[in-house]
Amino acid sequence: MTDKREAVKKLFTAKSSRVETNKGDVYYQRLYAQCKKRIEALKTLEPFGNKLELQDLLSEEGVDRRDFMKWVSATTAMLMLPSFFEPLVAEAAEVMNRVPVIWIELQDCAGNSEAFIRSDGPKVDEIILEIISLEFQETLMAAAGHQAEAQLHDAVETFKGKYLLFVEGSIPTAMNGFYGTIGPSGETFEEHLTRLSKDAAAIVAVGSCATFGGVPAAAPNPTGAKGVMDIVKGKPIINIPACPANPANMVGVILHYVLTGQIPELDSLLRPKFAFGYRIHDNCERRAHFDAGEFVEEWGDEGAKNNFCLYKMGCKGPMTFNNCSIVRYNEGVNWPIGVGRGCIGCSEPDFWDKYAYERPMADANIKAPTGGVEKTVDEFGLGVLTATAVGIGIHAAASALAGKKSDEGEK
Amino acid sequence: MSKHIVVDPITRIEGHLRIEAVIDDNNTIVDAYSSSTMFRGIETILKGRDPRDCGLLAMRICGVCTGTHYQRSIEAVEHAFGVTIPKNVRLVRNLIQGALYLHDHVVHFYHLHALDWVDITSALEADPKKTAVEARKWANVAGEYPWTDSESEFAQVQERVAKFVKQGRLGIFGNGYWGNKHYKLTPEQNLIGVTHYLQALDLQRDAAKMMAIFGGKNPHPQSIVVGGVTCVQDIQNPARIALFKDLLMKFRKFIKQAYLPDVYMAGTMYADEALDGTGGGLKNYMAYGGFRLDDNPMYKGAMLFPSGIVLDGDLSKVIDFDPEKIAEDVTHAWYKGDKPLHPFDGVTDPEYTGFGKKENGIAYLDTKHKYSWIKSPIYDDNRVEVGPLARMVVGVARGDKRIGEYVTRFLKNGNLPTKVLFSTVGRTAARAIETEMMADIMVEWTDELARNAAAGDLSTWTEFDFDKVSENAKGYGLEEAPRGALGHWVRIENGKVVNYQAVVPSTWNAAPRDYKERKGAYEASLIGIKVADPEQPLEILRTVHSFDPCIACAVHIVDTKGKELGVYKVDTSCSI
Repeated sequence: MTDKREAVKKLFTAKSSRVETNKGDVYYQRLYAQCKKRIEALKTLEPFGNKLELQDLLSEEGVDRRDFMKWVSATTAMLMLPSFFEPLVAEAAEVMNRVPVIWIELQDCAGNSEAFIRSDGPKVDEIILEIISLEFQETLMAAAGHQAEAQLHDAVETFKGKYLLFVEGSIPTAMNGFYGTIGPSGETFEEHLTRLSKDAAAIVAVGSCATFGGVPAAAPNPTGAKGVMDIVKGKPIINIPACPANPANMVGVILHYVLTGQIPELDSLLRPKFAFGYRIHDNCERRAHFDAGEFVEEWGDEGAKNNFCLYKMGCKGPMTFNNCSIVRYNEGVNWPIGVGRGCIGCSEPDFWDKYAYERPMADANIKAPTGGVEKTVDEFGLGVLTATAVGIGIHAAASALAGKKSDEGEK
Repeated sequence: MSKHIVVDPITRIEGHLRIEAVIDDNNTIVDAYSSSTMFRGIETILKGRDPRDCGLLAMRICGVCTGTHYQRSIEAVEHAFGVTIPKNVRLVRNLIQGALYLHDHVVHFYHLHALDWVDITSALEADPKKTAVEARKWANVAGEYPWTDSESEFAQVQERVAKFVKQGRLGIFGNGYWGNKHYKLTPEQNLIGVTHYLQALDLQRDAAKMMAIFGGKNPHPQSIVVGGVTCVQDIQNPARIALFKDLLMKFRKFIKQAYLPDVYMAGTMYADEALDGTGGGLKNYMAYGGFRLDDNPMYKGAMLFPSGIVLDGDLSKVIDFDPEKIAEDVTHAWYKGDKPLHPFDGVTDPEYTGFGKKENGIAYLDTKHKYSWIKSPIYDDNRVEVGPLARMVVGVARGDKRIGEYVTRFLKNGNLPTKVLFSTVGRTAARAIETEMMADIMVEWTDELARNAAAGDLSTWTEFDFDKVSENAKGYGLEEAPRGALGHWVRIENGKVVNYQAVVPSTWNAAPRDYKERKGAYEASLIGIKVADPEQPLEILRTVHSFDPCIACAVHIVDTKGKELGVYKVDTSCSI
């Protein structure tokens, strides 16, 4: 009990800060100039693999300029850039085939590959994917066996130092890594990853397994599974967590890299701030119900029929940094809070042990690392403390005081 | 002269799998071994958790058949708790899983399997005008209008492929076995295949969207909970159901006008292989049964896919399925254990013994001993195959009216005898047959859901007293996943999971040998296949892919003198 009171107190007193969405004119002017230079340089390069031209594809597919510019404008906003970057983003999309992508799968379920092929936007995203120079993708590629190995080898050699290495799945480290082997020599996943990382320009860890270990790393982590950043050192790494990662964020990262030649600004968990800079809760469509204290109390009740807040049913939106509430899934048709289930915190480290249960955090057996509901990644830098968090805190305290009978099975 | 082929990675699957094949001097496969090379320990991770939370985690066993794993885990707990779900819940879960079937089967056929039948580069030689005629011909066989019969559209696709080829680097189409003489389609037929490949890549999003309407997202939906579903606001909103139906009707049209005709086309062109039973394998088939058609308590009502076992391809006899007769053997799997165990008593205790000999940088499986992360499941001491073919075979043997009708119509339209089913082609055809059946019945389910909601039934959850029912309980969730019989078994004590086991399609099909040295389904299906060019094991991929493997998979070919010819990787994902 004392713990929970302490937690509430902490909520009231913790330092508040927000992602800087506006960095001022000077910053953006300088960035603009830098991006412009970068794109001009890319334009002079021959496209690597894919020589398809974006504008041809768009017109072939019947996408008019207006639709394309709509996509550009949405994407520019998603990347947290001012609207005068739009023409540059459009140009960046056109030179995306200058950046080769190699995609490998380790301890995974292929969920991110699957998500990738269902990429979001109507038509435009699909075409953008087509123009990406995807040199190696096991789930889709035609080649197999040593022809596939040859292709991987060829891609690595040809694009030495230039390719983006997308990694899906965690890396088992227990038992000398033998929980996962690949290829004719029976190379372990760790060896495989280390070898392919060496010549990559940057590594993109896609999905929660590749970023933080995900499912295999859930307690008791039988295979000693780890994320890419725990294995690979001395290379730029971008984490795109979530289970699976939102394809919009995968495209966003590639585009950002093309545009700036740099990896996007990251938080302390190496997640791009454009996607993970704010919490699910901050932009949740059910937020008003939270503020009004209107909660679903039981699956399928009147509250559920009226789209009330899912916090009491275990929604972890207040603790989770991701842009699901804005981007949503499958062409925006729905998302976990939309479908009445709530967020399970899948873009946060160790979410299987910390967040993924259908009871609210304050009532749970598993204690938050800081003892409260407001633990976030950059707790001291990014804790977005608003009335909301205070609201949760009060609710948490109230639940705790109400005692066990409202705890729905928690001991 | 003997040489080695090692195939690794086998691509266009989900997961990690290795197959070693031994070929004789005539390039005929005389032996084969299937091995999964990845382990995550999900069964171990589930122990000690709250049973209500297992579904979300158990779903991550696979990124492809996500919804099926999710529902089975939830149903195993419902079975243990004795919870009967409301009608809306049954319909919504059927629709979520139905959408998965449509998505999975179409993506499998076009994006994971078609390149084993369709030679992309040959499409360049096609005459677009003749292609249009050809497209009409096969649609006609299916009794449908063709999805595409526009000469200019075929010409446009051809131009796109030509651009791809001209630039030298083919990206993901690079290094295929283009030009292999075991590709049997004409250039025009290949152009139809390529055109539909590209169209399906676009359309499959709609099927994923269907799942997301009631599931929240795809892959890995999130709306199913023990006792019900959470999407009451989507059920009560007629516009959501209408959106689902619109997408369904469009996708169903593609299935009837493109997918089915293409399977007739491939089936006819590869009929010789179908007739001589290439890739037939075990010929023992099993279905757990799936898709509840009424609101009786679990396992006591009618099913869309009846359960049963058919042995030796004998359609005149069908054995009743009894879940008690399932056991898993670990003689050749990297686990401790000395006898086959029922899943309720199953143990997952790794005992990795590594590869056998290593030569010239190539590691070989230690096939005399343990060689895979997949256990060997047996049913009443039989090795069996599961999947769409097993469902169709069991349905026909049971005299199921609906299944009988779809299978008979397919064979009649295609002018094919029943025996073609027992082959690689048959496995691929069975998948198409059930896709059409599923698309048709989903229209009925959607209407039923709309009617039920309109009549005022918005019940989406059955209440239960968790403390009471979770004191000491056990249950199982059995269903037909797109790839075949899939089951989760759970034991619960004092509100926590004490044992969890999953026996899934790729366990049945991709398993290694058992304690009697009998082959698993993949292993058996490869025996006797002639490889045109050992450097291009197209035929092995075709047969392994016909199961729609769900574990990343590497195929190795070794000749009878024990030399390795190459490694090919099949990629899949159901390793647990």
